[in-house]
Amino acid sequence: MTKPVSVVLVGGGHNGLICATYLAKSGFDVQILEARESVGGGASSIKFGGDYTVSGLAHILYGLNTKVCKDLGLDISALKSSEPLNTISLQLDENHITLGLESVSGKTISLKDQQAYRTFKREFRGYAEALEPLMMNTPPRLKDMDRKDKFTLAKLGWSLRFGLGAKSMREFLRVGGINIYDVLNEVFDSSALKGAVSFDAVLGQHMGPRTPNTVLTYLQRLWGECQDAQMIPKGGMGKISEILEKAAIDAGVKIRTGVKVKKICVADGHSDGVVLESGEHVEASIVVSNADAKTTLLDLVGAPQLDAMFCNRVNSIRQNGDVAKLHFALNDLPNFKGLSPQDLQHRLIVAPDMRYVEHAFNHSKYGEFSQHPVLEIIIPTIGDSASAPEGHHIMSISASFAPYDLKGGWSDSRRAFLNRVIETIDQYAPNFSSSIVTSDLLTPLDIEEQYNIAGGHWHHGELSIDQSFMMRPVHGSAQYQTPIKGLYLCGAATHPGGGITGMPGHNAAQRILSSGDLG
Amino acid sequence: MSAFDVNENVSPINFKEVLQPSPFQSRIDEYGIVQEWMSWNGYKTARVFDTLASEYFAIRSTCGVMDLTPMEKYRISGPDALTYLNRLVTRDITLLKPNRVTYVIWCNDEGKVLDDGTVFHLQNGDYRLCSQHHQLDWLLLSSLGFDVTIEKETHDVAALAVQGPTSCAALMEAGLVDIDRLKPFDIGYMTLNGMELMISRTGFTGDLGYEVWTHPDRALDLWDLIFSVKEQGLFDIRPTGLGALDMVRIEAGFIMPGDDFNTAETAVRADRVRSPYELGLAWLVDLEKPYFTGKQALIAENREPAKQRLVRLVVEGNKPPTDAFLYDQKGGSRIGTIKSCVWSPILKTNVALADIEFQKGSVPIEIWAEIYYQKELEWRATWVRCNISKKPFWAHPRSSITPPQKF
Repeated sequence: MTKPVSVVLVGGGHNGLICATYLAKSGFDVQILEARESVGGGASSIKFGGDYTVSGLAHILYGLNTKVCKDLGLDISALKSSEPLNTISLQLDENHITLGLESVSGKTISLKDQQAYRTFKREFRGYAEALEPLMMNTPPRLKDMDRKDKFTLAKLGWSLRFGLGAKSMREFLRVGGINIYDVLNEVFDSSALKGAVSFDAVLGQHMGPRTPNTVLTYLQRLWGECQDAQMIPKGGMGKISEILEKAAIDAGVKIRTGVKVKKICVADGHSDGVVLESGEHVEASIVVSNADAKTTLLDLVGAPQLDAMFCNRVNSIRQNGDVAKLHFALNDLPNFKGLSPQDLQHRLIVAPDMRYVEHAFNHSKYGEFSQHPVLEIIIPTIGDSASAPEGHHIMSISASFAPYDLKGGWSDSRRAFLNRVIETIDQYAPNFSSSIVTSDLLTPLDIEEQYNIAGGHWHHGELSIDQSFMMRPVHGSAQYQTPIKGLYLCGAATHPGGGITGMPGHNAAQRILSSGDLG
Repeated sequence: MSAFDVNENVSPINFKEVLQPSPFQSRIDEYGIVQEWMSWNGYKTARVFDTLASEYFAIRSTCGVMDLTPMEKYRISGPDALTYLNRLVTRDITLLKPNRVTYVIWCNDEGKVLDDGTVFHLQNGDYRLCSQHHQLDWLLLSSLGFDVTIEKETHDVAALAVQGPTSCAALMEAGLVDIDRLKPFDIGYMTLNGMELMISRTGFTGDLGYEVWTHPDRALDLWDLIFSVKEQGLFDIRPTGLGALDMVRIEAGFIMPGDDFNTAETAVRADRVRSPYELGLAWLVDLEKPYFTGKQALIAENREPAKQRLVRLVVEGNKPPTDAFLYDQKGGSRIGTIKSCVWSPILKTNVALADIEFQKGSVPIEIWAEIYYQKELEWRATWVRCNISKKPFWAHPRSSITPPQKF
């Protein structure tokens, strides 16, 4: 057996926990240093307004990777609701539509659209599955390829050509780089249906339906659907992290919380540990950072240790968040017009048509928020009454688009934004505003500050083609490595990106184990 | 990160004249009797004032004066000025004491040379970086993460290079007393007739020489002061153009970025860029100092055998090997090209800088040049042997003696 060598992880988000567990399971001595009071990062639960518990950032799980669950023995079935989670797209005329995995229903949805939706979802899920060799592997280098890189590319080629078949591959290559707006106009008639699908393509990104690249972001979302049905975990996302934390501890990972890393030490181009804010020096053979690339490389390592152009590439990563998170404590269940109380256990979205979404995005391009925000609403207390006092409810909302660099700053506009969201929901559920006990708003600035993500972006950087695959986070630092030997990245900043998937953590661990840095 | 706020006042004169005048322009125009102008960084500069030979011999035998104003100059200040410069260039700048100058090169991330220049450690702790080409964009780009201010001061400082064996004596005669105390690469300061002067014992000629720096408003006073010595009949002092400078710099073995190699920023083809090792400038690279841009790439390159090198060649015969190809034997395989060459009047031989391919990391045993030349409009070809010169072709002991000898 190899002598245990110490690995220190900067940050214990879900990817950090997963990466650490893999490394510990391989017999290495691993320590996680987490700045917050608990591990989990974006997959945490928080308390607000006294007795209300809610997912702090991510609130819907779509696609925690099945291989990761199997490898690490994670059992999340207890957190699942018995019914599959549908999406209900709210319409002002109360003709809401309901989208399932392959079916769509609603008064305005024609038979033709119903069939088109089924075909569309199967076709696109096929594309997403065809990308599997890329998702679950270190993205291949295009220069100086090694055998593994060539193998990954060959598998991808095989999967696209023979997995999809010639006709589908041609179609995939046609739509792969374009925008979801054009694609949806080709396949559907219903503007409500188009709006709802386009919502999934742009959620979490600084993109509108007409932005090129939105087919790719949609496929990345569908990749999650291929893993497992999406779900609202009972007890909040923190429960997922608790399971991950337990797996890590069982594997022998040491976890320290409330310790913020100040500096990653570099000597002769090799990282040999970290220095904490307290001044404590933690020595390690290798350092793995769960933080975003800007924070890791420019703040913790620092420009003086890196090449000038590389620093500028890192500094140019587009990672300003465009989504705010809102939590409402309610003393009554909101009465959504045209929906039954059972319907409220599903995911409700305010994206009535593509124009609405595109116009909301337009404002964010100019540092404004739209008067008509795009919303993803869940009421987790319906499936899980323990999260709020008896008879009370919680509403958790991801509100787009809320630009990080809002004109005039956020401090003067928080109230106005909150009011816009409340007024928007009131249009669909008139008793909503009167039932609010307390509210909590996290702008991208708050996310940056509370979750230590520079820019407050969910995915630690836009999931655009130029920031994906072998270019994620930047070229010169793909493949989970950095220019500093013995310093790795394992977070959402790396391929294949954000979401509670565990894939970056898994891939980083495989990369580290095969690198030979741990002997 | 306000380093990217570029505040350069665009002169309206740019729209009236294609080339910008130097603060010495009225004197330069007066002396430039053959009107042979060229652009140096956008300034109207003389290639030749009257005859190339007289200017060349002024530098080598008496005293030549050249306008240095067009040289790119950057002021680097702020708390991180030193660490910034040390991350920028391949040499260890922490060793540069105040009032000293050093020759430096800087590379891109891939360890390929972007430009060369000199760093002046000024009186008040600021630094001045002088470069051959415009470098403001790279300097600003490199400043990310450093508390440093970078100002382009090309237009704000007037400078004259005073070079040649009698330069020290002539300048002392002009009133710049005490400059004989300056060692090579020293900086001195003085006020003369109300002129604030900075004098550095530096130059691009490989000979004894000084560079005198002042405010552009006093540029003409400085020129007149120096030339008053000539008017008294004490020393022959001549303005010299870029033509003569090019001759003496090749003799001294100084490379010219853009002429002798493609700078990394301007090269289009991937194999046209050159590392310090490939330029024979390994002595400027300190792999022991803290990280600098390109270090990782240079460490990797240093482990591999050299593929090519810029070398100094003494070329036999009396034909300058302009643009000639080089071969491993007479009529053999092509192994390189001449970059710069000159018939050296003082050495009475042809000297050249040439890019040579190294086979398996070693110098070719023989180097032959195939030289094409014209005789009364008829083209001829000849083959001559070339020999690598380990030392600069011209390095006179007088250039480094302190105090300089009187001539």
